[in-house]
Amino acid sequence: MSPLVEALWQAAALILHADSDLAEIVGLSLAVSLGATALAALVGMPIGAMAALFRFPGRRALVVLLDALMGLPPVVAGLFVYLILSRSGPLGFLGLLYSPLAMVIAQFILILPIVAALSRQVVEDHWREYEEQLRSLGAGPGRALPTLLWDGRFSLFTVVLAGFGRAIAEVGAVMIVGGNIAHVTRTMTTTIALEVNKGQLALAMALGIILIALAVSVNGSVHAAKHVAQRWGGQ
Amino acid sequence: MAVADGRRDGTTVTVLATTSLQDSGLFASILPKYSAASGVVVRVVALGTGRAVALAERGDADVLLVHHRPSEDKFVADGFGVKRHEIMRNDFVLVGPKADPAGIRGTTDAAAAFARIAAAAAPFCSRGDRSGTHLAELALWQTAGSGAPSTAAGWYRELGAGMGATLTLASGIGAYTLVDRGTWISFAAKGDLELLVEGDPRLANPYAAILVSKARHPQVNDVQGQAFIDWLKSAEGQKAIADFRIGGRQPFTPCATP
Repeated sequence: MSPLVEALWQAAALILHADSDLAEIVGLSLAVSLGATALAALVGMPIGAMAALFRFPGRRALVVLLDALMGLPPVVAGLFVYLILSRSGPLGFLGLLYSPLAMVIAQFILILPIVAALSRQVVEDHWREYEEQLRSLGAGPGRALPTLLWDGRFSLFTVVLAGFGRAIAEVGAVMIVGGNIAHVTRTMTTTIALEVNKGQLALAMALGIILIALAVSVNGSVHAAKHVAQRWGGQ
Repeated sequence: MAVADGRRDGTTVTVLATTSLQDSGLFASILPKYSAASGVVVRVVALGTGRAVALAERGDADVLLVHHRPSEDKFVADGFGVKRHEIMRNDFVLVGPKADPAGIRGTTDAAAAFARIAAAAAPFCSRGDRSGTHLAELALWQTAGSGAPSTAAGWYRELGAGMGATLTLASGIGAYTLVDRGTWISFAAKGDLELLVEGDPRLANPYAAILVSKARHPQVNDVQGQAFIDWLKSAEGQKAIADFRIGGRQPFTPCATP
């Protein structure tokens, strides 16, 4: 049987047997990446909106930096967090290395630039479109900010999904700060890397298929929610 | 989400270990036995020996469990580790394509086999990642008299990859490579690769455990770390290692001296 066909069978078998180890790994992957995405949205959207609406010294540099860091290699993000959380690092006393929280922090740093840079673009476009109208109503950038974020909410869904997609798919950062410890910091992607290293290529591919299915279902739910919101909330 | 991972309450011990011990399935077999006996959870971070030692020097584990004698001795001599305890051994084997273009099959002289591969300029995949296996391979090239071959020649490829990735690539391009027997037995995608050379005493591969120094890194859980090492050396731990089987074969031979 070709490895790809075998992988499909194994993926189906893994899901049907509802293996508890698999459930644990899937749960941790989702918890870590959703946590990092929520944090990145909370911090990144205001940063992006401010960079879009306000003029302050260093604004242009910030915009360039955010755009450039969208391509931050996960290994570098992981290494940065590792050096800080290592027992020899400045926050080593917290004992956070090799914990799920360390993985959330690393993924947060990885996707913050993506969420901030794309949010800036969304808000800037809306501001350009409605600036005259908003100003005529007496709303400057400050007062327009909540309106613009609300107005751009459907585009911002996509921004958040881009961040989530990057987080759930990366392996370099969580491998370094999590250590791929069984039952503690083992995620979908680190498991796949481990199985490849054992030569269990079909099993690794099966896990990859499940990971893709997972990403599709998360994106699908968000799109469904967006659809419902658009129908009921106007626009 | 569980933030407190229990490391500070003393019920877990973190081990930086070489990948072969995890990838072969040894830890999955013996660690539950230790946890059942002691109530202590052992957390394994598996990395190549070079990286494992570097991280242990930074204090990011309680115990180091690797397989490169010079690195281990230096780790202790530099004050990062307390004492080296030999736990078990297996051996390296030289694997390569069935066709065996360098004609090394059946040789028991590893250095001669390396010299023949170099003379034939037959493809050879090196881990190239400062792992214990890579360092052992470099030592064998020294013994073969040539030193590490130049990658410029084309037949010698430094991959900078784990053992599994190296075996997969070697299988794909029909190259020779050095691998520890445990990983070789358990590796599932051998393809066209065959075991060609084994049995040279220079292919011995001892694994040793070292407690990370609490004097250097106060956060080290020295009590549980030493307890784990003591268990590995105990009759019970040695039996757990000896009882581990892959496909009916015993990949690791316990060798601790009490």
